[in-house]
Amino acid sequence: MSAPLLIAAISLSQLLLALAGCFAGWRILRGPRAQDRVVALDTLYVTSMLLFLVTGMRTASSFFFEAAMVIGLLGFVATVALAKFLLRGEVIE
Amino acid sequence: MTHLQAIPLWLAVPIALLLIFGSVLTLLGTIGLIRLHSFYDRLHTPTLGTSWGVASIALSSMLLFSWLGGRIVVHEAVIAIFVMITTPVTLMMLGRAALHRDRAEKSPLLPDIARRTLGSEDHPQVSADVSPAGRAPNPDLRG
Repeated sequence: MSAPLLIAAISLSQLLLALAGCFAGWRILRGPRAQDRVVALDTLYVTSMLLFLVTGMRTASSFFFEAAMVIGLLGFVATVALAKFLLRGEVIE
Repeated sequence: MTHLQAIPLWLAVPIALLLIFGSVLTLLGTIGLIRLHSFYDRLHTPTLGTSWGVASIALSSMLLFSWLGGRIVVHEAVIAIFVMITTPVTLMMLGRAALHRDRAEKSPLLPDIARRTLGSEDHPQVSADVSPAGRAPNPDLRG
């Protein structure tokens, strides 16, 4: 009884998160200036990290959890580096 | 999907509700990323996904794996806490970078008060010399 409910919920959640990733990608492609694209890229990082977590719940493997953690760490570092580049014109002064 | 059959119904319902709640919040944040018109408006919208979106999906994952493993699993809380701490930092840096770029271009989108303080970010001692009285300590508070 609980397996169909959980599978339906996980599938719906994956669909919504994939749609959210598509919207963020649309803002990356369109966004008029560089800072819009950086914000959308940060959103895409978070959305794909959540998609990995939900997929890990579906397959019950720890592989997706570790991948989600790496995506979270790299997303923070990438966004900080891009913001620094937009602010100063160089990453390491 | 054999592992999902081991979940009792009273636990499956909150797991499913938390999952859908978190993904709907993340989707609403990205819809705002598309619909809003100014960059400074759009800067707020991803925080829907990074606050309760991450928290509720991590919570449902913790519930599922705690029941499956027969012990308390708090691995996902690391991700949730990390994202909640780092998102304000990155968005503040991006907002400052966008303000710096808009000031350098004298963008008409900025209000007058933000344009008048051009240069105070690069030369902080100039603005301190302009208004020394504003920076002086209040004599009433020294006690």
